[in-house]
Amino acid sequence: MTPLGGTGGFMEHKNINVKLKVWKQKNSQTAGRFETYEAKNISTEMSFLEMFDVLNEELISDGKEPITFDHDCREGICGTCSMYINGRPHGPWHATTTCQLHMRAFNDGETIVVEPWRANAFPVIKDLMVDRTAFERIIQAGGFISVNTGNAVDANAIPVDKDKADASFAAAACIGCGACVAACKNSSAMLFVSAKVTHLALLPQGEPERRTRALNMVAQMDKEGFGGCTNTGACEAVCPKEISIDNIARLNKEYLAAGLLSEK
Amino acid sequence: MLDAKIPQEVPLDNKWTYYKGHCKLVNPANKRRLEVIVVGTGLAGASAAAALGELGYQVKAFCFQDSPRRAHSIAAQGGINAAKNYQNDGDSVFRLFYDTIKGGDYRAREANVHRLAEVSTNIIDQCVAQGVPFAREYGGLLSNRSFGGTQVQRTFYAAGQTGQQLLIGAYQAMERQVALGNVKMYSRHEMLDVVMIDGKARGIICRNLVTGKLERFFGHAVLLCTGGYGNVFYLSTNAMGCNVTAIWKAHKKGAWFGNPCFTQIHPTCIPVTGDHQSKLTLMSESLRNDGRIWVPKKQGDNRKPNEIPEEERDYYLERRYPAFGNLVPRDVASRAAKERCDAGYGVGTSKQAVYLDYADAIKRYGKIEAGKQAMENADEATIILLGKEVVKEKYGNLFDMYEKITGENPYEVPMRIYPAVHYTMGGLWVDYELMTTVPGLYCLGEANFSDHGANRLGASALMQGLADGYFVIPYTMGNYMSAEIRTKAISTDHPAFEETEKAVADRINQLMNIKGKQTVESFHKRLGKIMWNKCGMARNAEGLKQAISEIQQLKKDFWSDLRIPGEINEMNPELDKAGRVADFIELGELMCMDALQRNESCGGHFREESQTPEGEADRKDDEFAYVSSWEFKGENQWELHKEELKFEVAKPSKRSYK
Repeated sequence: MTPLGGTGGFMEHKNINVKLKVWKQKNSQTAGRFETYEAKNISTEMSFLEMFDVLNEELISDGKEPITFDHDCREGICGTCSMYINGRPHGPWHATTTCQLHMRAFNDGETIVVEPWRANAFPVIKDLMVDRTAFERIIQAGGFISVNTGNAVDANAIPVDKDKADASFAAAACIGCGACVAACKNSSAMLFVSAKVTHLALLPQGEPERRTRALNMVAQMDKEGFGGCTNTGACEAVCPKEISIDNIARLNKEYLAAGLLSEK
Repeated sequence: MLDAKIPQEVPLDNKWTYYKGHCKLVNPANKRRLEVIVVGTGLAGASAAAALGELGYQVKAFCFQDSPRRAHSIAAQGGINAAKNYQNDGDSVFRLFYDTIKGGDYRAREANVHRLAEVSTNIIDQCVAQGVPFAREYGGLLSNRSFGGTQVQRTFYAAGQTGQQLLIGAYQAMERQVALGNVKMYSRHEMLDVVMIDGKARGIICRNLVTGKLERFFGHAVLLCTGGYGNVFYLSTNAMGCNVTAIWKAHKKGAWFGNPCFTQIHPTCIPVTGDHQSKLTLMSESLRNDGRIWVPKKQGDNRKPNEIPEEERDYYLERRYPAFGNLVPRDVASRAAKERCDAGYGVGTSKQAVYLDYADAIKRYGKIEAGKQAMENADEATIILLGKEVVKEKYGNLFDMYEKITGENPYEVPMRIYPAVHYTMGGLWVDYELMTTVPGLYCLGEANFSDHGANRLGASALMQGLADGYFVIPYTMGNYMSAEIRTKAISTDHPAFEETEKAVADRINQLMNIKGKQTVESFHKRLGKIMWNKCGMARNAEGLKQAISEIQQLKKDFWSDLRIPGEINEMNPELDKAGRVADFIELGELMCMDALQRNESCGGHFREESQTPEGEADRKDDEFAYVSSWEFKGENQWELHKEELKFEVAKPSKRSYK
């Protein structure tokens, strides 16, 4: 679905009522359940998270427990927001984070089901909030170029093929939200890992550590409990930054080459 | 009197070199025994943590987000300036220094700004070495663009995601140090106070946001890299979590606050749609290059924009500023939009917006394109079609973003825009070494006051964050740390830790026990309205005095009728927010006091009493060429100290756009 489904030009706004089935879970130790809420008189100009804000204000005023969810920049770049909306990470709009999803995507009277990311490697902290520090440890395993501050040569000393630089940038656009993991039936982190491996492998600066990086990051990914990739492409379909599944092919190539050629 | 510790021995362009050659060093064995706390992991914090970890210090880094990679530096779009002169267009360290001082309307410190311009070139080298994928030309070399009205092309960029790519670079450098054991990272931790021992900053108290428990951390030095406080206005382009708490706690422990009222309001943001609005989104300033800004000539005109004929439109920037038209500087464009909306000419449902229209640009580009394709008798429809293609090529991603948020197609109807709070030039006062008035307590990046004066130029925020973290603090900290090599790590059982933790716990209990009726959000919104109306784009003495008394009343209401759900010892975002809003309320009062005492107009600070007959800003160098630095003296009490600004190289001149 596109943000502007054929309305063309000027948008007429209206107010709608929606029913919400939201996952509630006190903490990682207790079992969770779905709770039902009514969100009334919601302007279609609101973002999805603003609808949550309005609902939470009502809940607090009524002496009830608000819904806990992760969010920060609300402009689609920080990667904090993370909700499974109507069976899809980040909801129905293509290439859009939850915070950029707007209420005009929904119909009056619709029931919206909201769940946290579901993956063993992303335990629930509370309600819709999960722990994604496994991604941090994958980066620590090799998602960097080892250069201390002050060691750099002039920025134009090493020319970089523009096509490679552009492809590297396209992979580096990953926001680390984890939607790829949430969408995958195996909870694989291959799209995330492959985006980072691609970003650095395509640049001459990343060349010296190219092999160890691929091996170590994949090893850490396995250790964290993420599953294997079966190339269904669900990750690419839900990625808000349109990270291509081609990166996974590249990771496989890098990994294989590293396994064959590495002396370490 | 405030001593900025600027090296006096040599002229301006040699000060940093001289400083580096003469500052004290700490040998590697001693560095391993010295512990540093870094609060905040945006560009300034992550780069500082990485650089200090590489040097061998034992670093503990803290952020309230779930990951250090999510700090709001990530949202910066445009680019980062550096005096590389790769374009051979006459750029130099001096020109970048001069543009920054002048852009800041002569309210920044010369020595700091010159150092910033000097290290700008090292930043680009470092980032490229880390694998930051900057835009490149076909020859494989780096691409530059111009930005913010400078005459040279010195801005490096990575599409519209430069902040993201620079932050990921710093984040990865820091994670490498985590893997090596030099940095220990604490995510979802919020700093709630500084621990002082014998007059020095020796640690912090944090709340673990997952468990709700308070935790103590020791450091030989503490670095605050916690960003700006634009959210005091409730609505801003800042992320939801951005707050003043860390530097405010430090302020109350003795760190003076510099130029708190200096706020940058950006003219091209997507307007507020209603009371539900939670934040504002910036649309790149580049849109003003081709768009025309207008409102209807009739007050309260409810017709759709396309139904308003040409002769009934008021292109007010072109009318008021015929020389610069739609390209007047940020502060002028913002104030002019506010003036029209306040007078009843605003558009959209809220009436707090003006049109940014691309119809003329589409036709203009369409005609050029038709000419290029030798279509001599192209009809209007064909010209518009061709023009839309050109506009899409230039601004497609921005138009898409606008459409996603508003549901309106900007190729068909004019965009609605309105100014929004974007950046705060004010922050903790720091000396040349980035140390606050508290020994051992440093402040880096947007959180300090130092480099942008009364107005920041585009693409300079990223530059300052990385300059402070990668290239300044690793040197300047040595001067302090070299005297600390005999200080053993202090146990967090020390009475100072116990007392500070107890004070923090008491305050949390106090907040939870108000058990009133009103939500944190409702107080934050009220504060935002006061600040926006009376300490926003235009300020006057009467309004500021009213704001101060309104804020004091708001503070009383807050502490007597606040409702926070849930418990202390659990994940409780409402409690986190309550603490931040309590601090914003106190800051708001100080900002109004600062705006009140500065009876001149400079940069983003416009006092209605201080304008020329044509309504332009009137800066008063005789009276106000100083940094206002506020010392906290107790509830609602501050003492003003002044650091005189001396301009030895960049002699002050008037900014004029007519």
